[in-house]
Amino acid sequence: MTGELGQLSLCFALALALVMAAAGLMGARPEARLARGAAASSAMGLLVFVGLAFATLTYAFVVSDFSILAAANNSHTLKPLVYKISGVWGNHEGSMLLWVLVLAIYAALVAGLQRGGERLTSAALGIQGLLASAFLLFILFTSNPFLRVDPAPFEGAGLNPLLQDPGLAMHPPMLYAGYVGLSASFSYAAAAMMVGEEGWARAARPFMLIAWIALTCGIALGSWWAYYELGWGGFWFWDPVENASLMPWLIATALLHSALATEKSGAFRTWSLLLAIAGFSLSLIGTFLVRSGVLSSVHAFASDPTRGFFIMILIALAIGGALALFAWRAPSLQGGAAFAPVSRESALLLNNVFLVAACSAVFVGTLYPLLLDALNGTKISVGPPYYALIFAPIFFALLLLVPFGPALGWKRGDLKAAWRALMPALGLAAVAAVSILAIVSPRGLASTGAFAVAGWLIGASILDIRKRKGARASAFAAALAHAGLGITLMGVTGTTVWRSEALTVVAPGQTMTVGPYTLRFDGVTREKGPNYIADRAHVALMDGGKVSTTLLPEHRFYPAEGQDMNDTAIHTTGWRDLYLALGDERDGGRFALRAYVSPLAPLIWLGGLVMALGGMLSLWGRLRVREPEKVPAAPAIAQAAE
Amino acid sequence: MNAKKKRRLAFAAALLAAGAALAGVIVYGLGQHTMYFRSPSDVAAKQVGEGIAFRLGGLVEKGSLRHGAGAAVSFRVTDGNSSVACDFNGVLPALFREGQGVVATGALNGSGTFVASEVLAKHDEKYMPPEVVQALKKSGRWQEDAR
Repeated sequence: MTGELGQLSLCFALALALVMAAAGLMGARPEARLARGAAASSAMGLLVFVGLAFATLTYAFVVSDFSILAAANNSHTLKPLVYKISGVWGNHEGSMLLWVLVLAIYAALVAGLQRGGERLTSAALGIQGLLASAFLLFILFTSNPFLRVDPAPFEGAGLNPLLQDPGLAMHPPMLYAGYVGLSASFSYAAAAMMVGEEGWARAARPFMLIAWIALTCGIALGSWWAYYELGWGGFWFWDPVENASLMPWLIATALLHSALATEKSGAFRTWSLLLAIAGFSLSLIGTFLVRSGVLSSVHAFASDPTRGFFIMILIALAIGGALALFAWRAPSLQGGAAFAPVSRESALLLNNVFLVAACSAVFVGTLYPLLLDALNGTKISVGPPYYALIFAPIFFALLLLVPFGPALGWKRGDLKAAWRALMPALGLAAVAAVSILAIVSPRGLASTGAFAVAGWLIGASILDIRKRKGARASAFAAALAHAGLGITLMGVTGTTVWRSEALTVVAPGQTMTVGPYTLRFDGVTREKGPNYIADRAHVALMDGGKVSTTLLPEHRFYPAEGQDMNDTAIHTTGWRDLYLALGDERDGGRFALRAYVSPLAPLIWLGGLVMALGGMLSLWGRLRVREPEKVPAAPAIAQAAE
Repeated sequence: MNAKKKRRLAFAAALLAAGAALAGVIVYGLGQHTMYFRSPSDVAAKQVGEGIAFRLGGLVEKGSLRHGAGAAVSFRVTDGNSSVACDFNGVLPALFREGQGVVATGALNGSGTFVASEVLAKHDEKYMPPEVVQALKKSGRWQEDAR
């Protein structure tokens, strides 16, 4: 029964998405008021039916209805409830349904908030409708989550244990909120080109902010998960899957800055449109890379060519269509406003140049191996050294310039005054550099430079906050976000430069040292979890002769999935992480034990959180203050209620 | 040509130069820092020089795993036709098993032993690294049920 209900909801949702697309695009004409109402109400209907389909699938997972193939392949009766739910999007079919659900939520928000003129909103809804239709078709024809198995198996196949983790349960919804959030600014940009309206940057701003916040949190969450789950102590591997989420973030960051200039001073009009298109295109490419199996190899594609082919066509249509619209309409749009070479606009321009350059470097590094494999079957991989050579210097240069942006005025800035205002930040940078040189070892150019830049960023943010004392909360958004960059930079530098590592085979009772810590291995016990059996090592952290705390790294075996997994133990002081992973068993009850001390590691994610908080402040300011709009708000609201 | 046009031209030229510089650095970086994937047969055919980093993939040869002093381990990676001795000082991944797929990153030393800096096993029961599948197919030892 549930399967049919879900299937039916998806069909209704597809019909509504098609109506929304047609009505929304028709509503772009000035006289088509009726169509605009229809587009708004079908957006609400779309959310209801996609929501119903998603709820149905979730129900099938929760009650372990294994007559549904997706549940049979990815769930298990013994799994804890939270992982039964997260299992819904821990597989291809369910995650595509989540994708469409998020898209429907954004479409409903666009329809409900009615930001910008009514023609602009309507056309934006039309584009969202097109996207929703395409993805619903994709789900119904190639990735139907409601396919049945007959006879239903007694037990499900379980979920990859790596995914049975609170961090990774939240990671995909967060990332999708970001990926798909960029579809809203994409739709607004395309709509603006259709109706020739200039106010799109302001109308789409909250959606850009939501998308950016979600991407920031999603990437931070993914990196944190990799840190404690993979057992290597690293936080970023330049893995293609990670890059697929980093690229949209870089472009979304560029878009936030460029669209701000478009909104405040009319600069970069066409450039912002292009960024909005590029941002969502990269989201689509990211989805494609991760979801089609193309990543490990172009030939893994063969496992299900229709899916990859379908997404590829979809990407080509979305990107090609938007770029064609751009080529056709952009010349007729009003050109960007002029600004002096020294101005906030120039600073934002440089920001964009660096961000786009950084994104290009990641793009080439990610796609070049795929291209080479497709061309002549040569298997190569592009590793961290490439990114250290290219991405790091570009980003470093960008960070150096960040404090100038907020210190310069719109249209025409005063560089001397900005320098004078930023002097104390330069002082803090010098203090940071000197203290690194004086106190910490090993000293090096990279760590000294990185801390100087971090001090420079944080100092400038403090100055900016002091300058704006008493202003609305949202005025502090940029300062907070920029300070977050400085905090993350300190964390990254600390863990990269000062990490110590020990790898020892220990017998029970033996001690080992790593960095400043002494650890005593107290043996291994067998424990039973809800759906796994664990070898749990008891490792005492010694403080003088006393035990100050006990760490419990585990090696887990999941019988349902037939898989092994390591569960690390992390003891943090807030400034420094002690990180333990249990290795394999050797003869005589001895175990290999791997320990890391990562100074400043928690700052990496704290910085991400601070950045996201900055974004939230800005979003709060945007939604609270009713912006004056060209079109009176009353008719729009009346229409949404129809 | 007025001042505004001149400035635009200068800006376009600067952007073009920056783009060209970026492209140059990217091409250089890719040339310097790409790692090739090699199968044991490739290594046996002397396709790889000493000290050059590459990724070696195949199956862990049955009965070849030895524990050395401390955390050191050694094993052989095979594609059915040839095999390469492999040294690793570290914690093997939880899914590392004899007879199963593995991809290691490292370089050959003077005596032809592959010194690995990183060892990846397959992610789960269903998954085999695609490079390993290809290497096995090339050596003619691929069986569908080996998955």
